[in-house]
Amino acid sequence: MLARRIIPCLDVKDGKVVKGIQFRNHEIIGDIVPLAQKYAEAGADELVFYDITASSDGRVVDKSWVSRIAEVIDIPFCVAGGIKSAADAKEILMMGADKISINSPALRDPELITRLADIFGQQCIVVGVDSFYNKEANAGKGEYQVYQFTGDEKRTKQTGWTTFDWIEKVVSLGAGEIVLNCMNQDGVRQGYDIVQLKQARAVCNVPLIASGGAGTMAHFSDVYQQADVDGALAASVFHKGVIAIKELKNYLKTQRIEVRPC
Amino acid sequence: MTKEVSAGMNVIVDTGCANLASVKFAVERLGYQVTITDNIELIQQADKVILPGVGSAKHAMANINAKNLVSVLQKLTQPVLGFCLGMQLMTESSTEGNKSSTEGKSDGLVPCLNLIPTKVEPLKAQGNRLPHMGWNTLSQISDHPVLKGISEGDYFYFVHSFAAPISEYTIASCEYGSKFSAAIAKDNFIGCQFHPERSSALGSKIIQNFLELGPQELVNL
Repeated sequence: MLARRIIPCLDVKDGKVVKGIQFRNHEIIGDIVPLAQKYAEAGADELVFYDITASSDGRVVDKSWVSRIAEVIDIPFCVAGGIKSAADAKEILMMGADKISINSPALRDPELITRLADIFGQQCIVVGVDSFYNKEANAGKGEYQVYQFTGDEKRTKQTGWTTFDWIEKVVSLGAGEIVLNCMNQDGVRQGYDIVQLKQARAVCNVPLIASGGAGTMAHFSDVYQQADVDGALAASVFHKGVIAIKELKNYLKTQRIEVRPC
Repeated sequence: MTKEVSAGMNVIVDTGCANLASVKFAVERLGYQVTITDNIELIQQADKVILPGVGSAKHAMANINAKNLVSVLQKLTQPVLGFCLGMQLMTESSTEGNKSSTEGKSDGLVPCLNLIPTKVEPLKAQGNRLPHMGWNTLSQISDHPVLKGISEGDYFYFVHSFAAPISEYTIASCEYGSKFSAAIAKDNFIGCQFHPERSSALGSKIIQNFLELGPQELVNL
């Protein structure tokens, strides 16, 4: 049976792994390659590296760390941040990444998703969606809205897209996987946004990865069981040693969730 | 780790696909040297040949044709291991046409290398989400030497929407909606639908088994 995936996420800023709270106030966690190796050995099913400065700075970023990661780890990994063209994507994939994830550039140019999927195959094109629940929107009824440039708080802005419309759109354009970052939950460890993820699941027929809010092992079983996501991404609980991956997988097995043993 | 290196060598065929670096690193992590090449003589002289691939069969076969490698690959007698699309290229044909190997649509028949007599078809996922992406278990594992040390229920990393059906050439199967070939083999040709280079310690075990095969070990299987 296909296992549910546990995916540590490493936010990368200026060549270091960092972690912020609700996308702000980043602190340094450590160096990229040893952390990647540590998580691969600990039983992670996949890793995601987000270069969180790239899209908002508009600068060319040194990505040589991608091949240094590919040299040492033997599980799949995805690179996100600042990939704006087929040439950018090719560079990252040739360095050994298995997937690339695009977010802000897809909002600016949605056809980019189709162009990348045609060249590299749907399987390696992930679309990251940063979604914020705005209580005041939709005449006070509340609405999930897509945000852009979330790596830089001065440039973060709301787009014209509601979250579920945007997910449907990117899947129709050829996205092979969706990572839904629930911004209200990010870094606060109060649990995944099950309500939002269930709605996303209903409009998403490609793999869906939950992101934002993991604080306890029960949060993982909740999101797999209640929102039927294919994978769950988390950062601070792993970086700070709150949850060990082996312990988490053993717990999920007792909850009858299919996981790959460490 | 040092290995006794014979006069020969290991090559990865440069199919123009994107995962060549990760395959090379996986071999090097085991302590072996390997060369990525599309040079006909180097491929012919190699002890072991790895045929990797991601993307579409049509695109990869066009590359192989353009590099005049079709008959070169067909005449190889040393052990050859294909990964994912590389496995699919070893069959008679693929129905994936212009679409990527991970998209469940077919719009044409692509003639492949015809090394293992089976045909690649859309995965019959029976409503499961496609692509079939993630870690899944093997079953019906044969005693083929490349699978030494691999047990029923071991997990490997898959990413695909097309697959070879179960046949007499199946050496391990997997299930996602329906059963399909997780690995196939005939004579000196072996193909894995999963990605051993991304399947952690057990994936490395398969690559190591392959690299340790004797030159004649597959002849009378």
